Amino acid sequence: MRVALSWLAEYVELPAAVTAEDVDAAFVRMGLEVEEIATVGADLRGPLVIGEVLEIEELTEFKKPIRYCQVRVGPEQARGIVCGATNFAVGDHVVVALPGAVLPGGFEIAARKTYGHVSDGMICSARELDLGDDAAGILVLPPDSPVGGDGKAVLGLTGTIIELAITPDRGYCLSLRGLARELALGLQVPFRDPAAAVTLLPGGPAPYDVRVHDTAGCDRFVAAVVEGLDPTRPSPLWMVRRLATAGVRSISLAVDVTNYVMLELGQPMHAFDRDRVQGPLVVRRGAAGEQVRTLDGVLRQVHPEDLLLTDDSGPIGLAAVMGGLSTEVVDSTSAVLLEAAHWDPVTVARSARRHRLVSEASKRFERGVDPEMTRVAAARAAALLVEYGGGRVVSGVLDVDHRVPRQPILLDADLPARIAGVAYRPETVTGALTDIGCAVEGSASLAVLPPPWRPDLTDPADLCEEVTRVDGYDAVPSILPLAPPGRGLTAGQRRRRSVGRALAEAGYVEATAYPFLDPGVFDLFGLDPADPRRSAARLANPISEQEPAMRTTLLPGLLKTLVRNRSRGQRDVALFELGLVFLPGEQSAPPLLGVDRRPDDEETRALLASVPQQPWHVAVALAGQRQPAGWWGPGEPATWGDAVEAARVVAATAGVVLSVRAGQQAPWHPGRCAELVVSDRVIGHAGELHPGDRVIGHAGELHPGVLAALELPRGVCAMELDLDALPAAAVVPAPTISAFPPALVDVALVVPVGVPAVDVEQALTAGAGKWLESVRLFDVFTGAQVGEGRRSLAYALSFRAPDRTLTTEEVTAARDAAVAEAGRRTGAELRG
Amino acid sequence: MTEYTYDPKQVALLSSESLEDAEAAAVKAFGQAGDLDALAAVRPAHLGERAPVNQARRELGALPPQARADAGRRVNLTRTDIQQAYERRLEELTAERDERVLRDQVVDVTLPWERRPRGARHPLTSITDRIVDVFVGMGYEVAEGPELEAEWLNFDALNIGPDHPTRTLMDTFFVDPPESRLVLRTHTSPVQARTMLARTPPIYVICPGRTYRTDELDATHTPVFGQVEGLVVDRGITMAHLKGTLDHFSRSMFGPQARTRWRPSYFPFTEPSAEFDVWFAEHRDGPRWAEWGGCGMVNPRVLVACGIDPTEYTGFAFGMGLERTLQIRHGVSDIRDVVEGDVRFTRAFGMEL
Repeated sequence: MRVALSWLAEYVELPAAVTAEDVDAAFVRMGLEVEEIATVGADLRGPLVIGEVLEIEELTEFKKPIRYCQVRVGPEQARGIVCGATNFAVGDHVVVALPGAVLPGGFEIAARKTYGHVSDGMICSARELDLGDDAAGILVLPPDSPVGGDGKAVLGLTGTIIELAITPDRGYCLSLRGLARELALGLQVPFRDPAAAVTLLPGGPAPYDVRVHDTAGCDRFVAAVVEGLDPTRPSPLWMVRRLATAGVRSISLAVDVTNYVMLELGQPMHAFDRDRVQGPLVVRRGAAGEQVRTLDGVLRQVHPEDLLLTDDSGPIGLAAVMGGLSTEVVDSTSAVLLEAAHWDPVTVARSARRHRLVSEASKRFERGVDPEMTRVAAARAAALLVEYGGGRVVSGVLDVDHRVPRQPILLDADLPARIAGVAYRPETVTGALTDIGCAVEGSASLAVLPPPWRPDLTDPADLCEEVTRVDGYDAVPSILPLAPPGRGLTAGQRRRRSVGRALAEAGYVEATAYPFLDPGVFDLFGLDPADPRRSAARLANPISEQEPAMRTTLLPGLLKTLVRNRSRGQRDVALFELGLVFLPGEQSAPPLLGVDRRPDDEETRALLASVPQQPWHVAVALAGQRQPAGWWGPGEPATWGDAVEAARVVAATAGVVLSVRAGQQAPWHPGRCAELVVSDRVIGHAGELHPGDRVIGHAGELHPGVLAALELPRGVCAMELDLDALPAAAVVPAPTISAFPPALVDVALVVPVGVPAVDVEQALTAGAGKWLESVRLFDVFTGAQVGEGRRSLAYALSFRAPDRTLTTEEVTAARDAAVAEAGRRTGAELRG
Repeated sequence: MTEYTYDPKQVALLSSESLEDAEAAAVKAFGQAGDLDALAAVRPAHLGERAPVNQARRELGALPPQARADAGRRVNLTRTDIQQAYERRLEELTAERDERVLRDQVVDVTLPWERRPRGARHPLTSITDRIVDVFVGMGYEVAEGPELEAEWLNFDALNIGPDHPTRTLMDTFFVDPPESRLVLRTHTSPVQARTMLARTPPIYVICPGRTYRTDELDATHTPVFGQVEGLVVDRGITMAHLKGTLDHFSRSMFGPQARTRWRPSYFPFTEPSAEFDVWFAEHRDGPRWAEWGGCGMVNPRVLVACGIDPTEYTGFAFGMGLERTLQIRHGVSDIRDVVEGDVRFTRAFGMEL
């Protein structure tokens, strides 16, 4: 809502010394957000007066028409002014900038000789006054404009403009009447209700046959008729200016008047050309197959729930949303049927949404309009049309009133104090409620009838807010409540935090990509048609049509972030992300639930089950050098091993044993992909516990084809795992630390190339017996010495007993047992 | 001739003068030895088998018994002195040598050593943790919920009915098909509803998380953003408790001078409602009030929909944007920097905020 302070000042007794800052603060205190408060016309200076053109002398000796005019700019004061425009006549009232004036843009006016005459000032166009783009001609004012009057004031060229953001509960503040009421309350000054100044039209026979068939959708309908209008009469300039400030374009007097009354009183109205309406005006719901062409020229399919204005020809308007084209006021209109009605907010909201047509009217009706204003607005609009359009009111007014009286809200007088934590006195409570227009009865238990412009006040809590608002939010004290002891973070929350820290400490930088996906990425990744990652939830209204799906894997977003960093010159990048993925399954639609009670257990279960699984995943992606080259020597590229190690870091941080085995999973390189496996104790068919392996993710180098398609270099590596699938960490039993010396033995084993190192290590561990303290692979060797298709794996074994130093014989026996087991399981031979 | 029982020339070695000379020569030689090798080289001449003092000792047997004791004492004294002179010098030279070795091992400690580049946590994560820690310290627990959420929890349960104007103003992402009645949560408030459905009062929770609105990405908007929300439901909770909590919170985020200022506002799920500003003394553009978040007393209708008796319990809720908090506290001027994942931006924040 954008209004001039000068307009508000008509209804608020502004203190003489009031500043824009005071007004700003008063609005904010009352809960109206001031978006902007601006002074306009500050660069306009000097004498700018209303003049009357007395004489025009056409100067014909120049290439273009030039006029030398005598303009009366005050009592007995005429000036000669040269002008190049021709759109005005003797007797017209115009704006004259006298010598000494400075127009917008720093344009200084002086008396100077031009076209053979001294021009003692300038007759202004709209553009020269910053009033619009119309430079074609002179701004001609209404004939009643006072000659000699200050043009700045008449045109509203200077002043303070306030733009306010109105919250949905305060529909009444989408009007001067509402804003002025709040401003007066905020400044603690008297408020003059513009509605009180309107003389209602006297009752009498209905001036038009109106039939309201749906009195629930339209509980009040007021109609008045003004005829004998002069269609050529323009809207008064002040009205055009006020509409323009509010962002409403001037169309014609009849339309401007309805819009002006809407801004002034908050009552949206419609003006029909009475003579184009055929037969009785009927208010009803739509019927299947009906259509209506609205003022914006769009032919709209009517929905059975839409409220319509119809005549013998069918629908002629979408009630409370937009009027119809067939009965709109046109250049020849001389009789206007004014509609001021009160419509059901829900119906209006749905119609506006259904037709994607948010109008100034629908916005107000949806938020609530004062039904008392129907009759007032009709009278006000009729009076304005009579005054400026030269018409007369057809006697009588139609008022179809089916309103249900509102019931008072019962309020414990001490509830506001209990909610705010402020000891309000009883008179503070009743005073505040009265101030905002409520009728209050009772003392301990109050019966509060809210004013008709406040449909938002329905509950005691609403009244509590009003009391605190009027008394001032600043008055609420600051007291820290004592919470009962909490249990700290959950295991899962602690785990996510630790994992993030561990990865950051391992050199990864955290990314938080948008979870929106182009489903084409699944093909690009080479996923199987049946790959579960392909079944992604889809948005009905994505930001980008290219990315309508919700991620089922973190990799696409993370790789996109990698690409972005590389494109900005970061060649060596290691990223990680911790985030939700969205896994729609076979959810059934949720139950339809009310809000008048808690859903029962079954409903709650069904509700929660309707939401897809959204586990936490963690992923890393690496490109370039993992360890950069430097003065110390060459760097080391990021490899599959870093990606797999990242998974081990995650698992170790989570306190979970992770095993790794070769796997194949798009989009990884088929020969450089590790399956990340955890073991749980699961219950088998016979009810006995046995270990079950679960793949929880993959790591390694990405497929070169995928990388090429993503314009990433070969060798980029990645890891992704389901963090929620990691089992809970077991309670760690403390190890026994032996102080006896270890026995260190190295063994080099030759195995076929296809045997995974992890199998050899597991076999050694299994065979080495209880004294094995650690086993570490320290060399991998292939070459002629070990033979074709074989490789040598060298392990350092460390043995130690808890209670003594092991003998050479014991160590040798343990080593031999380890080697034997490795031979048995993997065909490993001791390298000679 | 028999009175001469020893060689007078040999006996001369035992004279006081000879011994003094031997000692002086030794001290001088040791002193002139510039390093340990030189010292080792001169040692035999003064302490070795053929050193004068040792030769003198061998002559003692030639002396008559009455002279032997006296000469023996003098020889031993001299020998001890020479030995001590040697050891002092040895110690000096060893210390010098050790010092020189350390000097020779000098390196340029200012050389870079970024062989393992440091990673970093995203500032949104760090600021979330920081906020969470403040509240966990006060006894709150952290409640969480899904980002793809049931409409009923995102809207209806929070007093935003199907036809409520706020519902259209929320710029919601809807999920296909419409029958699924799923949305990307527009705020963290559905976690309030989930919490109240799952727990019984007293409830003191903090709910951080990602939220979604259909805004195009630009310098001040992002369709995906973070929020943190607090909810308290207990007996006798008032707006004063809300204010005390926000003041405490603001001080822990924005320094001891911080405080909050309220403006009446409107949220369907709170009544009364307010928006609040925080006074931040270290603001990049100078001390000022900065718009921070929204808050209010839980609307009794929300309590009813979640099965809590509003005549027994009252509650408050507050929420603020994480990006907004970063913006105020760290002077982030373009929100795209927060969402794009440029490592230069994230690295600047390190591991903690």
